[in-house]
Amino acid sequence: MKFLVCISNVPDTTTKITFTPDNKEFNKAGVQFVINPWDEYALTRAIELKEQQGSGTVTVLNVGEADTEPNIRKALAIGADDAIRVNAKPTDAYFVAQQIAAVAKEGGYEVILMGKESIDYNGFQVHGMVGELLGIPTVAPAMKLDMSGSTATLEREIEGGKEIVEVSAPFVASCQQPMCEPRIPNMRGIMTARTKPLKVVEPMGEGARTEVAEYALPPKKQGVKLIPAESAGDLIRLLRNEAKVI
Amino acid sequence: MSVLVVVECDNGEVKKSSLEVASYGSQVAQLLGTTATAVAVGEASEASLASLGEQGISKVLYDAEPRLKDFVNSAYTKLIAAAAEKEGAQLLVLANSNIGAAVGSRLSVRLKASLATNVVELPKINGGSFTVKRGAFSGKAFADVVLTGDRKIIAVKKNSIEALHNAGQTAQVESFSAGLSDADFTDAPKQVIMQDQAGGVLLPEADRVVSGGRGMKGPENWNLIEDLAKALGAATACSKPVSDVDWRPHHEHVGQTGITVSPNLYIACGISGAIQHLAGVNSSKVIVVINKDPEAPFFKAADYGIVGDVFEVLPKLTQAVKELS
Repeated sequence: MKFLVCISNVPDTTTKITFTPDNKEFNKAGVQFVINPWDEYALTRAIELKEQQGSGTVTVLNVGEADTEPNIRKALAIGADDAIRVNAKPTDAYFVAQQIAAVAKEGGYEVILMGKESIDYNGFQVHGMVGELLGIPTVAPAMKLDMSGSTATLEREIEGGKEIVEVSAPFVASCQQPMCEPRIPNMRGIMTARTKPLKVVEPMGEGARTEVAEYALPPKKQGVKLIPAESAGDLIRLLRNEAKVI
Repeated sequence: MSVLVVVECDNGEVKKSSLEVASYGSQVAQLLGTTATAVAVGEASEASLASLGEQGISKVLYDAEPRLKDFVNSAYTKLIAAAAEKEGAQLLVLANSNIGAAVGSRLSVRLKASLATNVVELPKINGGSFTVKRGAFSGKAFADVVLTGDRKIIAVKKNSIEALHNAGQTAQVESFSAGLSDADFTDAPKQVIMQDQAGGVLLPEADRVVSGGRGMKGPENWNLIEDLAKALGAATACSKPVSDVDWRPHHEHVGQTGITVSPNLYIACGISGAIQHLAGVNSSKVIVVINKDPEAPFFKAADYGIVGDVFEVLPKLTQAVKELS
């Protein structure tokens, strides 16, 4: 089976969020970037399924500029076989989805996996756009993925429960926990990753359909109001009379 | 430019988040000088659909095909696309739910529309430009996004918009067939497993949430969380370490890689407030933190706090709620 795993390059979870002076872009200065945590589920599960099947390949795909390559190498160190970088700024979900669909089509990938969403843009859009562009089913968000031949059985989370869905490859799934325990690179992986192929291709298709006009930070919290533990019941009266939430 | 809203139904009722979506849609329709039509998915009753008039909806389209009771991505997408064509809708509004995201992203390609998810406010419409505010960076920022396409799809974040209640208004319910065939149901679920809703309140839809962390010391102590939740009419939740060790099921895990909630009231009991947890709860309106460690980082994100032992504080809170008249 040919797996394609799409990864985003995102600021580390603990990053203090700031913006460029015109508030149009995230301020990357001094920020540590990581593989999007949701994408790690997709990557590890693809590697596990390839190992189970005893054949096949896992290709990692990122739409980004050259500064994303350290994290692409990290994905190779975790166990992907090769990588493709579409050399472009990921301007919006539709732009990115077109690049993924083009690569998937050209390479004849059968299982296209990605995380549920990126922790920076929180779009939760790319999975469905790719599925629609390719005319194949999407299962989102998937909590479990098993394969038998070219048939996949997935658990999809719905509000208040889950659905068991069966689809045949090719398909797209956006992954979340508890799908697997994401792997971390070992020394051997890091060594071999250096020589694994990383192909750079130029973007195609149409431009974005949305533009960020401005980023803003949420209003600051007023600060916590502490209630002594002995008179804990006062909290409930404050929640009713002051905060008016009960 | 007409507006089509997608309302999700369950057990014959319109979901709370969809009442918000309907209210959002009808208010945008008013801004644009047009009316809002709804298309219903899931298991609906005619009475509940008619009552969408209270949220400003004039007409509701409903396809009674029985296989639409459960979520089927292909069929829902086709149904909504057909309703959008029938109504000549230029703007679609849906919930930022698992269903809304799955369907909205496919529709945006099919209908060649600009899509914004996680939207928290009514749009700013200025001449030809259409801008929405959406949450980004896991609740740590907002982005004003311009939707440049002629057609637009907006997925509204739960609990961001107050639902309208214009008593006495009713919507006209119209049966509608999208001509769905077996081919549209190939990705239908083999099985649907709903959670056992002990407290009766579903976490993603809840107005109030009582959540426990490792400070609860073990699953046997969850009755304290459940008692307070029951008294408040709240849903129960937990932190990632708690679901990782199986004290509580994964579907209760809120945080960066779990569920994101935005209730009016979030009460965190024995949770230190790691940044990954905050990412799932920081858009809650009021946050209460109960922790015996005064240095717990969660207090910095809280509105109210009690430095104390959860095992002593929780029963007092439950008692105080019961005493409210």
